[in-house]
Amino acid sequence: MSRGDVDRTPSPRTDVCIVGAGPAGALVAHRLASEGYDVVVLEAGPRFDPANRLERMERHIRPSHGPEDVWDMGGPRDAYTNAGEEHYPLNAARVKGVGGTTLHWQGMVFRLHESDFERRSRHGVERDWPIGYDDLQPYYAEAEAELGVAGADDNPFAPPRSEPFPMPAFRPSYSDSLFADACEELGIAMHSAPNARNSEAHDGRSACQGYGTCKPVCPSGAKYDATVHVSKAEEEEGARVIDRAPVQRIEHDRSGETVEAVVYATPDGAEHRQEARQFVLAAGGIEIPRLLLLSRSTQHPDGLANSSGAVGRYFMDHLFAGMGGELDAPTRQKHVGFITSESHQFYDEVDGSVGPYKLEFLNYAGPSPVDVALSTESEAAWGDALAEEIRDTYGNRIAMGGLCGQPPRAENRVTLNPDVTDDHGNPVPDIHWSLGERERRTIEAANETQAAIMDELGVDVDWTTGPEATGPAFHHMGTTRMGTDPDESVVNPRLRTHDLDNCWIASSSTFVTGGALNPTLTIAALALRAADAVSEAL
Amino acid sequence: MELTRRDALAALASTGIVVGAGAAAVSRLDDQRAEPAVDVDTLVAVAEVLYPTEVDGVREFVETFAAGRTADRPDYRAGMADALAVVDERAESWFDGPFATLDREDRDATLRQLGADAIPPDPAGRPPARVRYYVVNELLYAFYTSPTGGSLVGTENPIGHPGGTASYQRGPDA
Ligand SMILES: Cc1cc2nc3c(=O)[nH]c(=O)nc-3n(C[C@H](O)[C@H](O)[C@H](O)COP(=O)(O)OP(=O)(O)OC[C@H]3O[C@@H](n4cnc5c(N)ncnc54)[C@H](O)[C@@H]3O)c2cc1C
Ligand code: SF4
Repeated sequence: MSRGDVDRTPSPRTDVCIVGAGPAGALVAHRLASEGYDVVVLEAGPRFDPANRLERMERHIRPSHGPEDVWDMGGPRDAYTNAGEEHYPLNAARVKGVGGTTLHWQGMVFRLHESDFERRSRHGVERDWPIGYDDLQPYYAEAEAELGVAGADDNPFAPPRSEPFPMPAFRPSYSDSLFADACEELGIAMHSAPNARNSEAHDGRSACQGYGTCKPVCPSGAKYDATVHVSKAEEEEGARVIDRAPVQRIEHDRSGETVEAVVYATPDGAEHRQEARQFVLAAGGIEIPRLLLLSRSTQHPDGLANSSGAVGRYFMDHLFAGMGGELDAPTRQKHVGFITSESHQFYDEVDGSVGPYKLEFLNYAGPSPVDVALSTESEAAWGDALAEEIRDTYGNRIAMGGLCGQPPRAENRVTLNPDVTDDHGNPVPDIHWSLGERERRTIEAANETQAAIMDELGVDVDWTTGPEATGPAFHHMGTTRMGTDPDESVVNPRLRTHDLDNCWIASSSTFVTGGALNPTLTIAALALRAADAVSEAL
Repeated sequence: MELTRRDALAALASTGIVVGAGAAAVSRLDDQRAEPAVDVDTLVAVAEVLYPTEVDGVREFVETFAAGRTADRPDYRAGMADALAVVDERAESWFDGPFATLDREDRDATLRQLGADAIPPDPAGRPPARVRYYVVNELLYAFYTSPTGGSLVGTENPIGHPGGTASYQRGPDA
């Protein structure tokens, strides 16, 4: 069928309607379709042709294209505003299309630590989740199997696991071995970093080919992205996925307790109503609260599922802390675009004043040869002088990164901006984001450890990302948080909204606290848990 | 250091041009029936200025690469042909001869006078920006994402080249 002939009309007799085709939506769709339910997924963005991935990679490498061009982000469809103290570059932080933001992601996948679920009981700060690590452990194992994770059981700080990783870990890099000597001196333990990336051929996809452009695009498909589960759901299990079908609002029945349909727009300018028995919102941590707020009604004047007033609130992200410079020796960077070693040694050294952080040993420090060659900012234009400049700038760079936790705060939130509308006339998301003292101190603590390692290694440090220069890691958490009390939370521990009996949320928006580990494995685990709960309800 | 056809095929592969079965066809830019014709001599002459002097085999590399890049992409081909015409026209007016006949110094001067050393690339911009995009960055991209170009500056598996997962583990002396 050519693009023009795509049928975007609603399906009759649908069991489950899912909003969003990122990893959360794709996993729920696949799970429920494989159990025999009739599933429809509505996705705001397009289907991207896999044949164009190298062209997208070229857009990433060549300077005439902006970062949003790689996955066609931006414009009236994706308009947003910033009301907070800190600028939040939303469109660098997400992708709209079949596969969602995993098309762009880096693919590092970790389980949260046991302490992350018990921050209040253990450290007297933040809040406890209504579920614990034990509740999620079996789903974490399933999520690792679904995504295809390459990892090793060599991390002494990681939470307990009862089964091996699906694939062997990627071997440490040469630069990891440089860091290892310094870390050993300092008594800092390094260990492997699990990757949702094929270290060997797996699940019908090839092993990593070493293009080195994982973020924002993996041309070989070795990096997991959610098109994997969308294809399986559609082709093997009979789910229906409608692209370019942004949901505009959610409509409930007269009682105000049950969702009846979602209204979505199609490229021909029409609006349709998809009815279903159960609805799963999987549109990411910004668009889920926005959609609930856009769906306000007489019974729900503050937005759907918002009797607590918590929809959109407690927005959290992870903060980047980093440091880099030059070593007096080759460092062999930029061969691959992912991380092979980290240290989680300081992760659980949380107290009343400092939150969790993790350290990353980067394999992609500094500019790559082609970056220097194509940039008109380089001193030399071309010829021998350019080759010389590249030899000087590439080769000896080395860097560390790290993620730091941010506690939930009510004032960090997503609201609607009534003065600015998107391509369908809906108020755009307005991001209120600021940093507090706790995360500033956590960033400083991460910087101190990084500085000690760099110093031991003999690196001439020339950049530091500390509390002033930090930015978000693009993990949108907390905006429809989970809890047992309907006055304080949006979904219950089974991920169903307190207020509507057939509306579920699969997203990092349900996180109560965010820890300091990349969220998507936890999103996947929660999505599988939600799928089980929806299945029971059907 | 010798650039090879394999380098060009590798560079092509990393831009999404499927070689393999089409490799034979790709090697014959002379055989181009598509219009407009890309002026290969000028393209090679530009590459000789852009690439380090120690590199040999530029003509075969550039021919193979450009043929692959422009085959079945009429718009790209037109963009490149048009930018090369700009280069040649400026050479004629400033140095009284086709670009390919000028010595290295005058070629370099032509490109600089055009502004192609400093202007940000833009495929839809003014002539110098298009020269930077379709000619200068095109050739530099091909070279510095190829194993030979990478090796010359310290990496046998540069960004954009699918060079596997062994090289990142190797030390400089391996
Ligand atoms: C640069 C970058 C690097 C990252 N690296 C990592 C990493 O290494 N590890 C990690 O764990 N995480 C990483 N992440 C985060 C990760 O990508 C997200 O956590 C993950 O994709 C979230 O999954 P999701 O399904 O909840 O949402 P998304 O993947 O964002 O998918 C949501 C989908 O819903 C669609 N949608 C939105 N609104 C509507 C609507 N109204 N109607 C219909 N559809 C709608 C969107 O178009 C989108 O396709 C990274 C993110 C970025 C930007
Ligand atoms: S290095 Fe990254 S982009 Fe390249 S093949 Fe491996 S996973 Fe994909």
